[in-house]
Amino acid sequence: MNSSILSLMIWLPIFAGITLLLMGDNDKRPKNTIRYISFGASLATFFLGIWLYLEFDNTTASMQFIEKTVWIESLGIQYYLGVDGISVPLILLTVFITPLIVMSSWDVITLRPAQYFAAFLILEGLMIGVFSALDAILFYVFWEAMLVPMFLIIGIWGGQRRIYATLKFFLYTFLGSVLMLVSFIYLYGQTADFDLQHFMATPLSLFEQQLIFIAFLLAFAVKVPMWPVHTWLPDAHVEAPTGGSVILAAIMLKMGGYGFIRLSMPIAPDASEYFAFMMIVLSLIAVTYIGFVALMQIDMKKLIAYSSIAHMGFVTLGFFIVWSYGETTQGALGVTGAMVQMISHGLISGAMFLCVGVLYDRMHSREILAYGGVANTMPVFAAFMVLFSMANAGLPGTSGFVGEFMVILASFKANFWFAFLAATTLILGAAYTLWMVKRVLYGEVANDNVAKLTDLNSREFYVLSVLAVSVLLVGVWPAPLIDLMTATIDQLMLQISETKIIGIEA
Amino acid sequence: MLSASAEIFLVIMICIVLVVDLFVNDKDRKVTFWLSFGTLIATAALVMNNTPEAREFIFDGSYVNDPLAGLLKIASISMVGVGFIYSRHYLIKNNLMKGEFFLLSLFGLLGILIMISANSLLIMYLGLETLSLSLYALVAFDRNSSIAAESAMKYFILGAIASGSLLYGISWIYGMTGSLEFNEIALAIAENPSLNSLPLWFGMAFVVVGIAFKFGAVPFHMWLPDVYQGAKTPVTLFIATAPKLAAFALIYRVLVDGLGGVHDAWQGTILIISLLSLVLGNVVAIAQTNIKRMLGYSAIGHVGFIFAGIFTGTQIGYAAALFYSLTYVIMAAGAFGVLIALSDEGDADQLDDLKGLSQRNPWLAVIMLFVMLGMAGIPPWVGFFAKLDVINAVIDSGFTGFAVLMVLSSVIGAFYYLRVIWYMYFEQAPKSKAIIINKDLGAVISINGILILALGLFPGALMQLCINVIN
Repeated sequence: MNSSILSLMIWLPIFAGITLLLMGDNDKRPKNTIRYISFGASLATFFLGIWLYLEFDNTTASMQFIEKTVWIESLGIQYYLGVDGISVPLILLTVFITPLIVMSSWDVITLRPAQYFAAFLILEGLMIGVFSALDAILFYVFWEAMLVPMFLIIGIWGGQRRIYATLKFFLYTFLGSVLMLVSFIYLYGQTADFDLQHFMATPLSLFEQQLIFIAFLLAFAVKVPMWPVHTWLPDAHVEAPTGGSVILAAIMLKMGGYGFIRLSMPIAPDASEYFAFMMIVLSLIAVTYIGFVALMQIDMKKLIAYSSIAHMGFVTLGFFIVWSYGETTQGALGVTGAMVQMISHGLISGAMFLCVGVLYDRMHSREILAYGGVANTMPVFAAFMVLFSMANAGLPGTSGFVGEFMVILASFKANFWFAFLAATTLILGAAYTLWMVKRVLYGEVANDNVAKLTDLNSREFYVLSVLAVSVLLVGVWPAPLIDLMTATIDQLMLQISETKIIGIEA
Repeated sequence: MLSASAEIFLVIMICIVLVVDLFVNDKDRKVTFWLSFGTLIATAALVMNNTPEAREFIFDGSYVNDPLAGLLKIASISMVGVGFIYSRHYLIKNNLMKGEFFLLSLFGLLGILIMISANSLLIMYLGLETLSLSLYALVAFDRNSSIAAESAMKYFILGAIASGSLLYGISWIYGMTGSLEFNEIALAIAENPSLNSLPLWFGMAFVVVGIAFKFGAVPFHMWLPDVYQGAKTPVTLFIATAPKLAAFALIYRVLVDGLGGVHDAWQGTILIISLLSLVLGNVVAIAQTNIKRMLGYSAIGHVGFIFAGIFTGTQIGYAAALFYSLTYVIMAAGAFGVLIALSDEGDADQLDDLKGLSQRNPWLAVIMLFVMLGMAGIPPWVGFFAKLDVINAVIDSGFTGFAVLMVLSSVIGAFYYLRVIWYMYFEQAPKSKAIIINKDLGAVISINGILILALGLFPGALMQLCINVIN
């Protein structure tokens, strides 16, 4: 049974989603049936995730829970799944966030709810697939298939300019990924199958690695998103329904980071070293410049979207700072920090979007100026929002602090100026987040609409409390999370310190 | 003789249907339908039973039967059969339920079967003309439609020029090699390498023009969008499916079986045609608002992929092109099938006709979604694996840069496929009236749609089959 837990986690939500689609939206049926099925399926997947965590052995760096069967014989494609310390935290994040999304959309979505929940469940299965695929084509299939439910979620349940936003989202990410496919097929020509671990082992010249790195970079930089290919994200976030924004920020962005650490760095280590400085510069631009951009936003969702880009800058910074030391193996701190930052950002940005969703459901406006003095009418909500904002600004004791601090520390060891620029986020992040909080929550009650606001209902309260607890837990006691990935990251550091160029000894 | 029994049976049955149809009045036209449909099933059964394990020559070497022919014939017959089922209610509703539709389709199928099994340039030409003449007449089938008459005229004139070109090229090849049969042409070239020179290339160029025209590849594609748009949707469905398989047989038998020895001489030409088709087809399709015309340009883009598999000159390339052709016709049948199902009041051929389809008939919208995502090459739908297979063959023969252009053109293509999804799912329907489809059409189109997904989840068997028949 242990050996098929990953398949179960991928296909259970997908089949639940298909069942919902087949049931369709029927007015005669009791209206909560659809919701209970989706919540049940996502909760079951969550418990499978807990089981995965309990069974996972964090002392070894090798792949676990391996499933391997031939899928397409003539092309050497396998149905090959397995997880290590890098994928498990991200899978846990996915299964943790999805039930919360289902709960948060409970009675908000009235248009075709069966299709809505089905799209999220299918998306969940595909995302777990991305994090556990060890065959390049299987990875690509999950990676691309994921775009379809997201395309429909934004396009059907989105806001005013949803069609523009969703087409931009789809085409941007599709354009980014097709060159990755070409690289995969090229690597297949070198190794005769699509096994990612063989890709990592095969020797490649620097030029080949550079081309592969650039192709991967396009795919992952768009997903992260890195400056300057980030422009789809604010549009997609603003137009997506709350649940869509949460899943986009909390999980889909992490796939870019996951791609860098799972594919780019081990498959093209010499090219990664070659491009490391460029990557660091791009990351720092994201952290500082996008921070300033966030400061100027008048739309809350847009502000959080830009803040996501800035925070994801830490992830790429943490990954590529590795090559700034004499010994690559010293880079473990930065990579660990980046991984923690991914998990933490998943929790915090998800929570922030849910907070905006709570306000939007009541007032149907995302404009900061439409609010003011919300704390007077919604005190409980205000407490949550302040907590998440503090976490977003990187307050010690919250999860936001841990990852950022580790990455800044790692950069400091490498180069003072990298650390200096990265640390500006502590000021900028605090500035844009807290300024928004001040304008939305505090002050006099701004208008009649705000005066009529009602505080959180119990459903919203539970969703936000679960997130608040987890943000604090990771903030004060990150050890279990870090232990989960230490062995794998140490192994990765060894792996990328060896050159893959033929004829040159490391 | 046994190898050609399917074709012989088909000829006999066409004569019978022709006579029976004379004595049937419009009310009982379903007799013609069922007779034609039965003919298809029996022909398919004959093909199944008489496909040899290895290549077999008959009629003094001018006719060939092999597993490849068997596969292509079964696929073509199925496509025509599916087309009949899709079209029946449409024809009745539009007062077009005439025997001619079925007779011309069967004649066209006969041409297709002959082309697939031809082992001589002349037999190939005969098959091609049987098919083409039936198609010209089919396009003009609705005699009250001036657009249909116009596109039939265009098709006929350009088609006649292409046939002339093909015939001219054939005469040069015959003159140079002294034979019309593909295996003997190949033998002559192998024995006498000095043949690989300008006079043969000159003839070959004309043959390639003829082939490119029949495929609708750029720059010989002008007829295709007009014909797709002008013909009645069931006729477009016919043109878009089975003849593409015959065209694959044409290019494979002529260029690979016959002229495989001078692969270097035709590779560049096919490569350029492939590139032009990919770019022009996908770019121009963006500007279309008529969905049949858009699918026409999209077909040009797909032909670019089929040609890309051919120009590699490798076994895996041919197998990939075959896989692409087979899966493409399945998707094309689905696309036009949905359009036929939507043609409740007049032809549904504008993008606007698809508005809000997800509310008017959710299942039909899902099928169209599968078709569009399949054509766009999004996994896990089968179109992705077809593209993967071809791109793999292209990179394998060293054209990595060309592969990059191929994937970029499919990103351009993705836009107009997504636009169809956008109209179906994101727009409000102008009329909220639900679309009811007939049971037989509904059943077949459901299978068609599910097949596009199922072949994508499990493409291994069909891919292996393609490799086996090519070897």
